[in-house]
Amino acid sequence: MADSDLERLRDRIGYAWEIAREFGLDPFPTHFELVPATIMYEFASYSLPGRFSHWTHGKAYYRQKMLYDLGLSKIYEMVVNTNPSYAFLMEMNDLLQNTFVAAHVFGHTDFFKNNVYFQHTSRRMIERASLNAERIAKYEFDHGKLEVEHFLDSVLSVQEHVDYHLFLKGEDDEEGGEQLWRGEESRTRPSTEYDDLWALDREAKERRAEEERERRRGRPPKFPDKPQKDLLLFLIRHSPILEPWQRDVIEIVRQEFLYFVPQMQTKVMNEGWASLWHSRIMREMADRGMISDAETVEFARMHASVLSPSRTSLNPYFLGYKIFEDIERRWDHPTREEQERLGRKPGMGRQKIFEVRELDNDVSFLRNYLTKELVEELDLYLYKKEGDEWVIVEKNWEKVRDGIVTSMTNFGFPYIVVDDGDYRGNRELYLRHLHEGQDLDLVYAERTLQYVYQLWGRPVHLETVYDGKRILLSYDGERSSKTTLER
Amino acid sequence: MSVSQHDWSLHRKGQIDQERHKEKIREAIKKNLQEIVSEESIILSDGKKTVRVPIRSLEEYRFRYDPGRQSHAGQGDGKSRVGDVIAQEPRAGRGKKGEAGKDPGYDYYEAEISMEELSELIFEDLELPNLEQKRQQELQTDAVRFTDIRKHGPLTNLDKKRTILENMKRNAAKGEPRFKDIKNEDLRFKVWEPTIRYESNAVVIAMMDVSGSMGEFEKYIARSFYFWMVRFLRTKYNNVHIVFISHHTEAKEVTEEEFFHKGESGGTQVSSAYELALQIIKERFNPHDWNIYPFHFSDGDNLPWDNDRCVQLVQQLIELCNIFGYGEIREGHYRSPSTLMSAYSRITDKKFVAVTISDKKEVYPALRKFFARRGDAVPAGR
Repeated sequence: MADSDLERLRDRIGYAWEIAREFGLDPFPTHFELVPATIMYEFASYSLPGRFSHWTHGKAYYRQKMLYDLGLSKIYEMVVNTNPSYAFLMEMNDLLQNTFVAAHVFGHTDFFKNNVYFQHTSRRMIERASLNAERIAKYEFDHGKLEVEHFLDSVLSVQEHVDYHLFLKGEDDEEGGEQLWRGEESRTRPSTEYDDLWALDREAKERRAEEERERRRGRPPKFPDKPQKDLLLFLIRHSPILEPWQRDVIEIVRQEFLYFVPQMQTKVMNEGWASLWHSRIMREMADRGMISDAETVEFARMHASVLSPSRTSLNPYFLGYKIFEDIERRWDHPTREEQERLGRKPGMGRQKIFEVRELDNDVSFLRNYLTKELVEELDLYLYKKEGDEWVIVEKNWEKVRDGIVTSMTNFGFPYIVVDDGDYRGNRELYLRHLHEGQDLDLVYAERTLQYVYQLWGRPVHLETVYDGKRILLSYDGERSSKTTLER
Repeated sequence: MSVSQHDWSLHRKGQIDQERHKEKIREAIKKNLQEIVSEESIILSDGKKTVRVPIRSLEEYRFRYDPGRQSHAGQGDGKSRVGDVIAQEPRAGRGKKGEAGKDPGYDYYEAEISMEELSELIFEDLELPNLEQKRQQELQTDAVRFTDIRKHGPLTNLDKKRTILENMKRNAAKGEPRFKDIKNEDLRFKVWEPTIRYESNAVVIAMMDVSGSMGEFEKYIARSFYFWMVRFLRTKYNNVHIVFISHHTEAKEVTEEEFFHKGESGGTQVSSAYELALQIIKERFNPHDWNIYPFHFSDGDNLPWDNDRCVQLVQQLIELCNIFGYGEIREGHYRSPSTLMSAYSRITDKKFVAVTISDKKEVYPALRKFFARRGDAVPAGR
């Protein structure tokens, strides 16, 4: 971009910022960097600038670049949740495109700053990621590139099995987590008049523990004493075979994954919120004569293409945008029934959407605000594979809504817990898939177990349900096996 | 708020990791050559520059839901109804796939690779065996190579770096070491010589049974073998002649196109092919001048009274040839005692090389058995 254009872009971004503030948005200060396409695709495929090297990132990069080279997909923007936030714009995009993207970015940085699920993310993640990359590079130097690569292959295969609730409660630090799985008694809570209720909880727990001791008399206590979701943390603490550098690599992967969790949990909201505000900011700029009529038409075209629906997936931009608009309308103009029954007053739309952007995540957002009218208006459906064809199987609005919510639970990954770290008294690892109606891909599960074995060093097992039967997949370092368990 | 733009031209992280990914693809392909060599989509890729190669090891395995059993959400145009088909599984033009039922649900990662690169991996250590120096030597292998620097030559071949150096040297001699006032005497040109490596002449006689008893599988195997053989010869040698012969009860010389695409039927009389081969050698390829490599692929079903004749003819051919390769294709592992292969068990000459193929995966080992570099261990059996 020529210097004069850069100057004009600066001015426009300045206007967009002011308008965003007038609308009530409260974004982090945002630094914009213009980069060439290759860099944009690199950052997008690594999810963060400066992240550690691994061939899977190279694979993602190659795919992104291919899509771009073939004209199949185009990234307009990439923004990083830090304070100040960093946004990357495409060098070769024109002034209007980049203005539009900047307006969109302010929606994201407002969301990062104000949504409750982001409250515990590191706002200095770019630096952390770079330090992590340096540490991994050092391990490569010390232990060999291949050794580190193979280890990362194993860790990345289970990277999503972390417990983001530990993280939300701020118990991510060494001690807090330890407390959590030893029991929660020692944690201090602010005292309230309801404190006696906790006692009930405690009594029940003690009773259970007592029964458990009774049942397992003469045997060592269960380990862990209750199922743990954070497989990575469990491996770091209890794997019998890992060296310190390997535990550190797991910690790096875990830390970075936890950083991304809120973004996965709020994809629809975040994109919807940014789309809502880019359209309003741009419209306002047009009204004030800051962009020309011709540019306004061009903007409308871009907006429509970003928000275009797809037959085979949900476009989070479009879905989120429609829901936010709908909420605002419903709270601006409540029906008489809503006014009487719920005490809703007209004109509260703006306040309501700001409240939603602060307190919800995708699961609650869709559960609470994807209404019958919206499902029908947007013509949403569920589809499934039948033979060689993908066929629409459900249009009932509640089932469609629930189907979408289910697919977002645990951000779309199977929920797996560590059930026993000393299975058969032989230090074997027993994982359990909490089956909620969707069967696992068994081929994938078998191969992933082999990776888990690399991390645990002793036989590993995974219990799941397939075709309605409880089954156990095992890998002992040489052979994979599958057994059917009793009901 | 700030907006800035920097020079990113030296940033290479993405490319470096992409290289590693590519390298891993190459490793995976090497490990899977047995499967890839007989992959239908590649054999049928006729002239395409890049092919998609299925490999197993580049998946990023994780615990995931079975995509085929999961329901997904989508959005219609306002008129969608339950039962509407919104997408179809891509049904690649695979036709009948012999192995389809073998690994149910196995997901392959498909990597794209150029035909050239793939051929290189497959042929890395293969060569024409027993190649001898013959009288008439005309195999030109390598192409043009720049070998010399001279003061005269066409301007297109100007060696700029050396010219500048010469100019600076000359100026330095005058006490002013820098680049200026270029003169004719500074000019330097790159000069090439065609490097002709003379090698022995070679002709390959590819014989294939196209009789009725050759089923889909047998024909497919024979053609895949010849597909790679022809590629191999053309990649590694600039000037190998290939003669194509198809036979049932009669043999005839055919074009490459016909050889690979035309089906025939009828009974089998293998001797007809060998006779034709002998005749062609006699008429066009004098063994004193030519290295001769006959190969024959068949299902082994021959007219029983023709087998003895075949053995005799093979022995005659061996006299004239560098090696004689015979491949017998049998789907499944049963072996009928009346096949050509058992008749050939009498032949003890080292120049006679035979393989049995009963599975797609054995095409690659067969290639290796026929064309392994001498001194290399030949993988036994399969």
